[in-house]
Amino acid sequence: MREVAVLGAGQTPVGEHWDRTLVSLAGEAALEALRDAGLDRPDVLIVSNMLSGVGPGSQLNLGAQIADWCGLKGVEAFKIEAACGSGGAAFRAGVHAVGSGLVDLALVVGVEKMTQTPSTVTTAGLATAADADTEAAHGPSFIALNALIMRRYQHEYGWKHEDFGAFSVNAHANGALNPYARLQQPITHEDYREARMVCEPINLLDSSPIGDGAAAVILVPAERLVPGGGRPRVVVAGSGAATDSLAVHDRRDLLWLAAAERSARQAFAQAGVGPDEIDFFELHDAFSIMAALSLEACGFTERGQGPRLGLEGAILPSGRLPIATQGGLKARGHPVGATGVYQIVEVARQLWGAAGDNQLPEPRVGMAQNIGGSGATILTHILRIS
Amino acid sequence: MEVSRHWRLRQQRYALVGEVCPHCDVKIFPPRDICPDCGREARTEYQFSGRGEVYSYTTVHDAPAGHEAYAPYTVAVIRLEEGPMVTAQLTDLGDQPIEIGTPVEMTTRKIGEDGERGMLVYAYKFRPVLRPA
Amino acid sequence: MHAPGSALPEILVAGVGLTPIGEHWEKSLRSIALEAMTAAVEDAGGLRPQALFVGNMLAPALSAQTHLGVLLADFAGWRGIEAATYEAAGASGGVALRQAVLALASGEMDRVMVVGVEKLTDRIGSSVEAALAAAADADFEAVQGLTPAAQAGLLMRRYIHEHHVPEHGFAGFSLTAHANAVGNPRALYRRAIRLEDYASAPMLSDPLNLFDAAPVADGAAAILLTRGDRHRPAGERTPIRILASAVATGPLALHDQPDPLGFEAALISAGRAMAQAGMAARDIDLFELHDVFSIYAALALESAGFAERGQGWRLAAEGEISRTGRIPISTLGGSKARGDAGGATGVYQAVEVVLQLQGRAGEAQVPEAQVGMGQCLGGAGATVATHILARADRL
Repeated sequence: MREVAVLGAGQTPVGEHWDRTLVSLAGEAALEALRDAGLDRPDVLIVSNMLSGVGPGSQLNLGAQIADWCGLKGVEAFKIEAACGSGGAAFRAGVHAVGSGLVDLALVVGVEKMTQTPSTVTTAGLATAADADTEAAHGPSFIALNALIMRRYQHEYGWKHEDFGAFSVNAHANGALNPYARLQQPITHEDYREARMVCEPINLLDSSPIGDGAAAVILVPAERLVPGGGRPRVVVAGSGAATDSLAVHDRRDLLWLAAAERSARQAFAQAGVGPDEIDFFELHDAFSIMAALSLEACGFTERGQGPRLGLEGAILPSGRLPIATQGGLKARGHPVGATGVYQIVEVARQLWGAAGDNQLPEPRVGMAQNIGGSGATILTHILRIS
Repeated sequence: MEVSRHWRLRQQRYALVGEVCPHCDVKIFPPRDICPDCGREARTEYQFSGRGEVYSYTTVHDAPAGHEAYAPYTVAVIRLEEGPMVTAQLTDLGDQPIEIGTPVEMTTRKIGEDGERGMLVYAYKFRPVLRPA
Repeated sequence: MHAPGSALPEILVAGVGLTPIGEHWEKSLRSIALEAMTAAVEDAGGLRPQALFVGNMLAPALSAQTHLGVLLADFAGWRGIEAATYEAAGASGGVALRQAVLALASGEMDRVMVVGVEKLTDRIGSSVEAALAAAADADFEAVQGLTPAAQAGLLMRRYIHEHHVPEHGFAGFSLTAHANAVGNPRALYRRAIRLEDYASAPMLSDPLNLFDAAPVADGAAAILLTRGDRHRPAGERTPIRILASAVATGPLALHDQPDPLGFEAALISAGRAMAQAGMAARDIDLFELHDVFSIYAALALESAGFAERGQGWRLAAEGEISRTGRIPISTLGGSKARGDAGGATGVYQAVEVVLQLQGRAGEAQVPEAQVGMGQCLGGAGATVATHILARADRL
């Protein structure tokens, strides 16, 4: 497969965009990415989104709708969906399209609008990511499924709830410096300890906020970009995708993200690197337990020791493995079907030196991991300066 | 209203009927035709005992649409004694504190209503095993 | 054939499977999909895919289920493989097929399964209608009460007006489809109909009547594809190669299309596909078009170059679309009589083209079929996916 580079990016702030339609949000990010790349028109438009097909008031055919909005007459376009892993799946599809040699310019846009439905409807929408017959029918919300995992994890490894606080504190500190983040106020460890329980043992500050938003990236063959002068050339060094059982209760090992391990290994192998060579990690911190489990399954720390990276400060911008550098899901927000593309945008901005106040000192290799459901579909990407 | 769907799942929901793999003897719930362990065909019916223990649990306050009327309720992952795990609500808790490892047994209870006509939906829930006084 | 070849690397069909389309009340979405996938795996001699591409549009609305990729991969016993869902309303199966082609072309995988599945019967009544209407523009069409049939009815009326089509001018599409389905044991409707049946059918959205519209129901179709340079299909069947795969879009709302009767996105999609295959309309031996409404059949024939603009209806009226005609369509019944399985349609079409090219269509066989085209539509032609397949031994 020929090497693929990320040429441009665009994003909207994550927030409650009452006054915007889904298609206009997507269009904004898409057009900004095209402008950023200095291009007019892609060969293919790949849309990632989770909830638009869930009734009532659903909208199918988003690919055609967004293409039309952007004035891309006749362009190839479609939607890809893997629950909250849609964004990562869309990016991977773009990588394959351009890598195949049959497509020269792919525009990947993730978009979600989810804050204008009553919370019971939003919760039911998010529950469609689980097994409708054996999980959702019995009433667990998406948070509840993660709470079940966190409780078991604490039971087996002895961590106290407050031991997870560093993930949230770090994310909020970073989000406060990101103008696109949904939540921009820093929090303290005391705030974390005192936050109200949402679904025990998960409290409010363990959980990422939903939001509306869109993010977009442009993919081109790497050979089209001559390095030197201007922005560093950022290439996709590795891409991995794997699944696990859909239902949490069907996992061989509830406390191990097997799909994260598998997809990360694929990405590491392609990139010819290991965990030690990753300069920063945009992981899927939908809940702090997911952050801990992701770090373990990807080999950044041992099994059961995820919280330790937080307690030791390794995850801070000054640490050995910064995570959620622009707020992560926790503070930047989690517009579910769009999140995976926001992660790629953030990795690219770091590598380009364009991360503003969140800029890390000269990172060269960044990793992004996007999770669908509670670990059922996982996409891992490694980008690096070349 | 998802009448046919509820009807299809009745044996699982009311009677905890699953499958046993004729090749590797693994017990499977719910039935799925391909054994998740050895990957071969598995269509032999198997009746689960209904006994198990709490693997993990949590209480839902912000319920999804369709379940609001019942909030708060406790949801758990139960390890059935034959091996598979299921997601189910806990019931008949009384004053008893629930812990990981609490032995439970299956019972059939209402888990919701479906549609404007309020078709009642029943399924398995699990209650702490009753001990003699 | 002139200058045949392909812009694509060699992508071969290893196996196909499909279920009859119908109201499968007793079967779940996942078990219907599994039936088709299992049949395709068996047809391929037991080959296991490395990735699963799912085409589906209604599961989120009617089954409260997103995340079909992992659901079906897990249910099939392929836990761990990559999987995702591709959606473009009625063209979902076609775009899933397209993505599978790109993934194979990238070289990152050798064997992939594409499955189109739809289950309408998890719900009954108006929620199904509302879900189907979501292929149109929710804010500006569906909210006005516009249904897919109404969209087609609007187009049909305009077409009749512009091209002076006589009464019952579209009947041939329905008659041919039903006649073809007599030879397909897996079709939903297996009885031939007469002109009188068509002429006396009740109006659905006039001038579109009940027999101008396809029944939409449950079903699944699956196709296992491989890279020819890494895996040759075993067995004695004629190898079938995908020569072309092209997707194009147009405005979502009918009223936003600059030239609705020009079926612009279909024109672009078919044009790109033929260019990839180095072929023209005359090289195509059968065309599994998306006859979910008869007007779309006429427009598909015109935009693909089988008839001049405004003359597509004549191909039906003059018998050119029958199995022995100039351009056979709906050879196993099409959406009209085999049944339409919503987003799964594109995969059904590809599977049926394969069956025809391999001489496995039984009584519905098109004689000496060597090149077949499949085309599915999302909405009123807002997304169009076209594929061309051919017998690899004849290239």
